[in-house]
Amino acid sequence: MKKEAQKKPIGYKKLSLGLKNDMPILIMMLPGAVLILLFSYLPMFGIIIPFKDINMRDGILGSPWCGLQNFEFLFRTEDAWLITRNTIGYNVIFIIIGTFLNVSIAIMMSLFSSKRASKIYQTIIIMPYFLSYVIVSYLVFAFLSMDNGFLNKTILPMLGIEPINWYTVPEQWPWILCVVNFWKWTGYSSVVYLAAIAGIDVQLYEAAEIDGANKWKQIIHITLPSLKLLIVIQTILSIGKILNSDFGLFYQVPMNSGALYSTTSTINTYVYNKMISGGAKTLGMSSAAAFYQSVVGFVLVLLANMIVNKVDPDSALF
Amino acid sequence: MHKNIKLETFLHAFFLVLCACSIIPLLLVISVSLTSESGIVSKGYTLLPSELSTNAYEYIFKNGNSVARAYGVTIINTITGAGISTLLTALFAYGLSKKDFRWRKIFTFYVFFTMLFNGGTVAWYIVCTKWLNLSNTIWAMILPYLMNAWNIIILRTFFSTTIPDGIIESAKLDGAGEFRIFFQLVLPISLPGIATIALFQTLAYWNDWWLPLLFITEPKLYNLQFILQNMMNNIQKMSENSNYALSTGAMDVPSESARMALCIIATGPILFVYPFFQKYFIQGLTVGAIKG
Repeated sequence: MKKEAQKKPIGYKKLSLGLKNDMPILIMMLPGAVLILLFSYLPMFGIIIPFKDINMRDGILGSPWCGLQNFEFLFRTEDAWLITRNTIGYNVIFIIIGTFLNVSIAIMMSLFSSKRASKIYQTIIIMPYFLSYVIVSYLVFAFLSMDNGFLNKTILPMLGIEPINWYTVPEQWPWILCVVNFWKWTGYSSVVYLAAIAGIDVQLYEAAEIDGANKWKQIIHITLPSLKLLIVIQTILSIGKILNSDFGLFYQVPMNSGALYSTTSTINTYVYNKMISGGAKTLGMSSAAAFYQSVVGFVLVLLANMIVNKVDPDSALF
Repeated sequence: MHKNIKLETFLHAFFLVLCACSIIPLLLVISVSLTSESGIVSKGYTLLPSELSTNAYEYIFKNGNSVARAYGVTIINTITGAGISTLLTALFAYGLSKKDFRWRKIFTFYVFFTMLFNGGTVAWYIVCTKWLNLSNTIWAMILPYLMNAWNIIILRTFFSTTIPDGIIESAKLDGAGEFRIFFQLVLPISLPGIATIALFQTLAYWNDWWLPLLFITEPKLYNLQFILQNMMNNIQKMSENSNYALSTGAMDVPSESARMALCIIATGPILFVYPFFQKYFIQGLTVGAIKG
């Protein structure tokens, strides 16, 4: 022990001698750094694309500049408003109901006296997290198929309701997408809160029990207050990402059906659909929407992080 | 005590219902995959097969050349992708976790910034297709997912909280180089963290349909998820437009039960193994959020 302490200062000096000592680490990091450069930083220059009359043949640099024309195209259509409304609307519902579901399921799970029971339940409700959205779209189709779907063939006849052609009725999709979203994510997302509950000091509960507080009172006065900070931070961070949407949910689950766009189209699906449709004008609108999402999203994340930094510096992203 | 029994009963009832909701959709699809075509025609999709039949699975195993091929593509992508990705992520995260590495701040910012800002899908697509020429290569389904900022942060946090500084110091004094320290000391100690990243990436590659959707048009490079997605697409288009089938020759779409059977075959491996590995997925979720 003593020997090591004596040697330490010499070792440190040697280490900080300069580039030569950092070289092995830099070599280790090089492949990763190159990949990040190619797939994250190069595309950032694409932020100029919406100001260009872009075409795939001339590429980003070769295409001529065109001012704000693409933004005019985009914001003159109803689409701009529609996709913004849908993206923010779904996110607001997901944040509010999602937080409620995650927290209440985590709390209930923590109440089991047997840890084995809660482990088994958790294993089952976490299952949907492991399915891809393509698989999820098949599961949803099994319920909603016009001719053979479980709803049209079994449930609706029992209730005496006529079959519905689900993939052509946009009014039905807000609740369908909400159900699918919560079905897929709640099991996994509640884990964050479960971990936080596991970290609460057991003595608090023991003391409360001695004072005669029942489980309900313990939840209200110990568990929820302990989770408050985490809930606030998770919410702020979600608000920072409010212009993003889960592409798989809004593209695969409604099967990209054009008849449903009014309630299923979000900024992400709009950007993709316009991009692959191939026309120069749609590509311009697509890039304008992507620009709007990136830039406004960037500002929102910075704002959200600033607020989190004020509330609890340890939970901030940077 | 009396009260707690009531509470436990309620909790069990509640979670049993919740579990039922979680797996019923899957059971429905499994049931359809085991129902004969005539059963589907008369009763529709039912939770228990109205007429039991394994024809769908037999059909796939007999005529499943493209399916077997797609299975191969998915396995290759998953093994190479998850393998390379875990190695490169670990190497990169190790650098970020070293307190005496002088470029640490710069590289940490380099990673963080990608979480805050991106150039958008259109730019990314053009970079991949025009500049890197990835279209219709197997690399198009591997390279873009290799480095993920979130994975790097998780592993960096794991390294800096689990590896004692002293060990590395003394190894260095004994004359071990950085690479030897990394492979012989750091990796063995950090296996749980490495496993977390490897599993996240395995899941991401196995379940991926986004990269083939963008970059692959060559049928021999289709992976499982993409085959499934295409199949569903064709069915949708046919139901929207009856001429579509005639004009594109998309007539030989497999029967309804065969489609559902394929869906089960594609996701089966994941369903069998996830219960054994879920603790790593949970760990990744709870470890990552610590600031360093």
